[in-house]
Amino acid sequence: MTGWLQQLGENGLNAFERTGRGHIFLFHVLRGIPEILLRPQLIIQQIYSVGVLSLIIILVSGLFVGMVLGLQGYTTLVDFGAEQSLGVMVALSLVRELGPVVAALLFAGRAGSALTAEIGLMKSTEQLSGMEMMAVDPIRRIITPRYIAGIISLPLLTAMFSAVGVIGGYLVGSGLLGVDEGAFWSQMQAKVDLQEDILNGVIKSIVFGAVVTWIAVFEGYDTTPTSEGVSMATTRTVVHSALAILGLDFILTALMFTDV
Amino acid sequence: MMQSKTVQIWVGIFIALGFAALFMLAMKVSNLSSFTDDDGYEITASFENIGGLKVRSPIKMAGVIVGRVAKINFDNINYEAVVTMSINTRYNKMPADTSASIFTSGLLGEQYIGLEAGGDENYLKQDDELQLTQSAMILENLIGQFVFDKASEEKQ
Repeated sequence: MTGWLQQLGENGLNAFERTGRGHIFLFHVLRGIPEILLRPQLIIQQIYSVGVLSLIIILVSGLFVGMVLGLQGYTTLVDFGAEQSLGVMVALSLVRELGPVVAALLFAGRAGSALTAEIGLMKSTEQLSGMEMMAVDPIRRIITPRYIAGIISLPLLTAMFSAVGVIGGYLVGSGLLGVDEGAFWSQMQAKVDLQEDILNGVIKSIVFGAVVTWIAVFEGYDTTPTSEGVSMATTRTVVHSALAILGLDFILTALMFTDV
Repeated sequence: MMQSKTVQIWVGIFIALGFAALFMLAMKVSNLSSFTDDDGYEITASFENIGGLKVRSPIKMAGVIVGRVAKINFDNINYEAVVTMSINTRYNKMPADTSASIFTSGLLGEQYIGLEAGGDENYLKQDDELQLTQSAMILENLIGQFVFDKASEEKQ
């Protein structure tokens, strides 16, 4: 019994300690921002590996998610003779929820895990300690550019995801199922609001970008410097990011879209 | 590591694509391209019952959207709903005795205000109040009335 309680206490304390370390780490990362802005080349390099290399998966998934939404939405809406609202349905569900959430989940799987593995391996091969020996702050040199790149990339990827998804919905709805093209776009434009829907979606994706990248770089930096440790850290990045995204999405949706 | 020039070009393409997507969402998907409500004059009208009318519901004249509902308040003295409507300045030649009714698009669709022009030679201007109004048709009331009529018919 005491053993069980002790275990619980230890785990609890560990969780608290990690949370605390994560926040101190974030503070250090943020403190490096002014310096790194003077060397944009570092950020550009990271935007390439975090954002550009995620382009394909984001664009293809966006297209297919939009097409499936179009198909399924049509089957439901046509029963009520409301298939003209297909555009509204596709656009609103993409811009408000699916775009930010699915893009962030893909981003966590594609870019977050890569970040963790990269930084974790740097730590276990003692590259980070080597930098410290040369009086280079590894957080400012390695972590901060990646963090900034993540925050910049995810909103852009999300916008592309939603835009491609709407096009996918349009291709299926108008091309395959014969929904009137004019009604599709005009109803969409009448119901989707720039501030209420699109801006809130962008805010969501910025929040997700900050959180996912934070988790990814922290897990990498905090990893146990063994090959097993790196693999566990990579797994944790994906799992924790997914949980954080879904939980935060609920909170953000409750804050943004509930005032009727 | 790739040549830094290629990397820069790709990042440039990436950022341009991202902003193009945002631009497309703003222009093509949302209602930015239709008019904004900033450039409008406001008129008010009192209704006995507004049904499901909401802020930003459309205001139509001859079926064309000429403005949007800006505010809905409750008049605590006459127990009526006071609806403030923002009408686009392009439509500044509405007769002062224009009447407003609340309609439903389709049987179960959203509600909107329909304006009908009168014959007055003066035009509506900022803060004018419409005198002739007709409340929303509440489906439940109609059904209730129908059932009630049926019942009284059967008694006779």
